[in-house]
Amino acid sequence: MTATEIRPTTDALLKTQAPKKPMNTGQFIRWLLLFLGGIAMVMPIAYMISTSLKWPHEVYNLKLIPDEPHLENYTYVLEDGRFYWWFVNSMIIAVITTVCNVIFDSLVGYTLCKFRFPGRYIVFIAILSTLMIPTEMLVIPWYLMSQQFGWLDTYWGIMFPGLMTAFGTFLMKQFFETVPDDFIEAARIDGLNELQIWWTVAMPLVKPALAALAIFVFLGNWTAFIWPLIVTNSVEMYTLPVGLSSFGDEADVAWELIMTGAAISTIPTLIVFLIFQRYIIQGVVMAGLKG
Amino acid sequence: MYRNLTIRQKQIVWAWAFLAIPILFYGVIRFYPTGNAILISFQEWNLLGDRTWTGLENYQKLFADPVFWKVFKNTFVYLLLGTPISLVISFVIAYHLDKTRFMHGFLRMLYFLPFMTSAVAMAWVWRWFYQPVPVGLFNNALASIGIPQFPFLQSTTWALPSVLAPAIWAGLGFQVIIFMAGLRAIPRSYYEAARIDGVSSWTVLWEITLPLLKPTIVFIVVFSSIGFLRIFDHVFNMTTNNPGGPLNSTKPLVLMIYETAFSAFDMGYAAAQTVVLFLVLLVVSLIQLRLLRDS
Repeated sequence: MTATEIRPTTDALLKTQAPKKPMNTGQFIRWLLLFLGGIAMVMPIAYMISTSLKWPHEVYNLKLIPDEPHLENYTYVLEDGRFYWWFVNSMIIAVITTVCNVIFDSLVGYTLCKFRFPGRYIVFIAILSTLMIPTEMLVIPWYLMSQQFGWLDTYWGIMFPGLMTAFGTFLMKQFFETVPDDFIEAARIDGLNELQIWWTVAMPLVKPALAALAIFVFLGNWTAFIWPLIVTNSVEMYTLPVGLSSFGDEADVAWELIMTGAAISTIPTLIVFLIFQRYIIQGVVMAGLKG
Repeated sequence: MYRNLTIRQKQIVWAWAFLAIPILFYGVIRFYPTGNAILISFQEWNLLGDRTWTGLENYQKLFADPVFWKVFKNTFVYLLLGTPISLVISFVIAYHLDKTRFMHGFLRMLYFLPFMTSAVAMAWVWRWFYQPVPVGLFNNALASIGIPQFPFLQSTTWALPSVLAPAIWAGLGFQVIIFMAGLRAIPRSYYEAARIDGVSSWTVLWEITLPLLKPTIVFIVVFSSIGFLRIFDHVFNMTTNNPGGPLNSTKPLVLMIYETAFSAFDMGYAAAQTVVLFLVLLVVSLIQLRLLRDS
């Protein structure tokens, strides 16, 4: 399926076509079951947040609303500094990786889509083939490489494997197909060089795809676990998932504090979702239809 | 010099200039390590000493290792439970959500929210839910209605499904959205024709909806299978006191790789396991594409 068919329809794909009539009994039961199911889906998140606001003595009761909600757990957890570093580390890594992916994946996608040159097909297939290689197969060589070049326990060490992704490249390549060649020709006649054409003409036309890519890459790196776990070894270099894992593992850490840590690592992405809900769901649809 | 080139030649220069850094990246960070992993899998190496060539010894050792076969089985249990369960649940939700208008966006948001969470954070939340009385939420809830405790993570039978549940839960929202997009893409005229012919909605589901959803189903099956075969974050975090336990009953292949490489530092042996993982992913994806595309 080409992008041209998809682009105008992604929006329509999100809207229900269900009739605007009042509900009958059957429809009401359907709605009620869906509603209860949806509430059940968010229960783990709700309990995580609720417990992070509870005093230790009420952690083990089933009440969702704490008797006296308070932020002491957050102050306590952030006070000793670790969660603060881990948050900052995760943020720096996720932001830099996202910027890199947005630039390089779209540059490569654009080049493969709009330029005709010998070797184009080989480059395309080569990048495509890397989708088949699981990360887990590469962690050992990456670790050896990091050890050799002194990248262990550094930001660069955590980030380097994810600076470009084949998935992002193909997503962008598909979307550049929607940019008419005439626009690019016109810009060339106006005397813009190729770099300017890509950045000022083509990029603004694929903004929804860039937004979707940015959100996916950010989420992926924010929650990444196995590689940061391997490449970091000092507590100050941990990312949030690695830090939370070691924090939870300390023998007598209380569950309300673990829930607080979990909430600290989850709330930012939930906020991103609530703000950019539309883009994210469109992004999932686009990525799904490309797959 | 550049000025004397034709437009076509200039384009070639630009194209390679744009691709220079990415080609370097893919070469050094993707292709070289892939080759290196395969190479190391034929060697014996503990990170400190020399790398010695041992041929197929790592693979022979692996196939003779009962732990490997246990882990291999676990990995497929994750796949064979996770993929069908999440496929059916997400289809049922998407099918009904698609026919619901009232608060449609809000309901969709509820189902999608878990997808935005971090696997590690949620593994800890679920781990707490699973604790015995008086700590765990599930057992407390059971106790309050007089049902005996359930040994979620303590039992060798139930630990694996317990670890799998949050992984399924987190992925459902994504699959629901993909299914809804697939359902929307089916032309309305098919349904209208069926309605005029007086076909029951059950027949419409089996004769029109499901066959036309095939590309969507193929995508979800392949995508979620790869995810379940590579499960790690949930298992590692829910069983940190005894990774993959109790008695290796939850240990997937990726956890075995992690322990062999970064606890035992047996790099050659771990690399052989990664090559096996790669082949498993490749074969499973190819078989699924074959079966689902043809039938």
